[in-house]
Amino acid sequence: MSATVSVERPQAGNAPHVAIDCRADKIFHGKFLAVRDSNVPIEKGKITGFIGPSGCGKSTVLRSLNRMNDLIKGFRLEGEVNFHGQDIYAKGIDPVVVRRHIGMVFQQPNPFSMSVFENVAFGLKLNRFKGDIHERVEHALTRAALWDEVKDKLKASGLSLSGGQQQRLCIARAVATQPTVLLMDEPCSALDPIATRRIEELMLELKNDYTIALVTHNMQQAARVADVTAFFSVDISHGGRTGYLVEIGPTKTIFEAPQEQLTKQYIRGEFS
Amino acid sequence: MITKATQMRESTRGQGSPETPSLMRNSFEPRALRDVFLTVGAWLVAAVGAVPLLSVVYMLIVKGGARLSLELFTELPPAGFEQGGGIGNAIQGTLVTVAIAAVISIPIAVLAAIYLAEFRPDSRIAALARFLSKVLTGFPSILAGVFVYAAVVLLMGSYSALAGGVALAVLMLPTVTLTAEGAMRMVPQRMKDAAIGMGCTNAEVVWHVTVPTALPSIVTGVILAVARVAGESAPLLFTALFSNYWLRSIREPTASLAILIYNFSSMPFDNQIELAWAASLVLVLIVLTFNILSRFIGRPQV
Repeated sequence: MSATVSVERPQAGNAPHVAIDCRADKIFHGKFLAVRDSNVPIEKGKITGFIGPSGCGKSTVLRSLNRMNDLIKGFRLEGEVNFHGQDIYAKGIDPVVVRRHIGMVFQQPNPFSMSVFENVAFGLKLNRFKGDIHERVEHALTRAALWDEVKDKLKASGLSLSGGQQQRLCIARAVATQPTVLLMDEPCSALDPIATRRIEELMLELKNDYTIALVTHNMQQAARVADVTAFFSVDISHGGRTGYLVEIGPTKTIFEAPQEQLTKQYIRGEFS
Repeated sequence: MITKATQMRESTRGQGSPETPSLMRNSFEPRALRDVFLTVGAWLVAAVGAVPLLSVVYMLIVKGGARLSLELFTELPPAGFEQGGGIGNAIQGTLVTVAIAAVISIPIAVLAAIYLAEFRPDSRIAALARFLSKVLTGFPSILAGVFVYAAVVLLMGSYSALAGGVALAVLMLPTVTLTAEGAMRMVPQRMKDAAIGMGCTNAEVVWHVTVPTALPSIVTGVILAVARVAGESAPLLFTALFSNYWLRSIREPTASLAILIYNFSSMPFDNQIELAWAASLVLVLIVLTFNILSRFIGRPQV
């Protein structure tokens, strides 16, 4: 959480096209160095895909973007994560407020055990939304491509839906409060191929209004939906397992003409 | 052509003969006999276990059912040689003391459970509170009565329904705390993560997600605890005492079904003994109602 001030950094705030400027120099879990040297600018209105082998720290970096990692004991980030020109790890920043602006969709669909309607209205009520809640719920469900399937069972439990529907419900819940950024942590890994396809179409649809950061274990998914791809790998040279950013660039470049040998090998499927 | 799998099958059968195995039932094989023996044994033991329960219910219905009438619920208990009468004040007293116990114990128990399950589950205070609660669940109920006698009755200067309620609350507190804690721990972490990801403070996670999700189980625990203390007599002996009149204030002593059963069953009058049976039936019906209620509420809601 202590931000190290470094001289060679020209701008403190965000470049205009960057929604979250993540400069994770070091992320610790206790004494263990989990991630190093990962500067990942999340560009506005685009999907940034995080790929890499297991344990490369891609989820850890993603969860640092809305301070979800604060829940983990011993978590510490050196560096800064700029959102609207403010370092979200600076003193006096309330992580609760940060999370209200940066929504999150998890690996396992996790609707609340409430009705479909209440699930989507949850964030609105939390923020004491004064407008027409019904309209906003319908809008959010429509955006999540779920409205037609659930409009007749808004009172049914969110847990009664299928896995893919639950995940779209979670997306609707996240977009109902209109955050600027959506973090998606392997949102399709618990879903079947058809449900995955729908979520991917939905992401492409949503990126017009939201900035999306997507962790995926599935390289093809990144190739299909991400505009920018960040490739992470694991460094086991110092005895530990430290993740780091190998390279980041337009998805086409990363998949067709990567700069780094390691990226090339990973894309070719030589390790995973 | 013999595949590897068939070879293995042949070898497990011992002989390499290609004959078809017999699939017929053989009831005198040792395994089949053991199966029959265990099944019959389990049935028998279950039947033996049900005998006391069923015979108690049967006795209550036969002996107590005779006096079941409106009069039973509206009249005061009769004096020595009087005929008729009812147990209205005892029903009133039981319901009032149990209500007082619930009002005192539920908020404390639920808040304590929130602390144990959500706020500081690993702290030393939590470990101590959990340990003491477990000890208290096995606490002899008469000691709860003695404790409240010293703490409330002596202080207020008289036996009272309030003191009775406090004594029952002491008995309810640990069970409700532990069941509520268990219910909140059962709420999946990913639901709590979702709430945190939405920008909930710790308190909002608890009030908007954990408690509502755990509520059916918490209510079940509460109702079962209520049902248990409704039949307690020992703690009331030292606290609520008994009364032959309607309860007008919770600062007065009160009758209760359990104490009435105890008092009347040892009297030499048939009328009182009949009333004791009727009171037993009513008490069982009250407890049963609570149990059935808890089954309905304990079902997942939405």
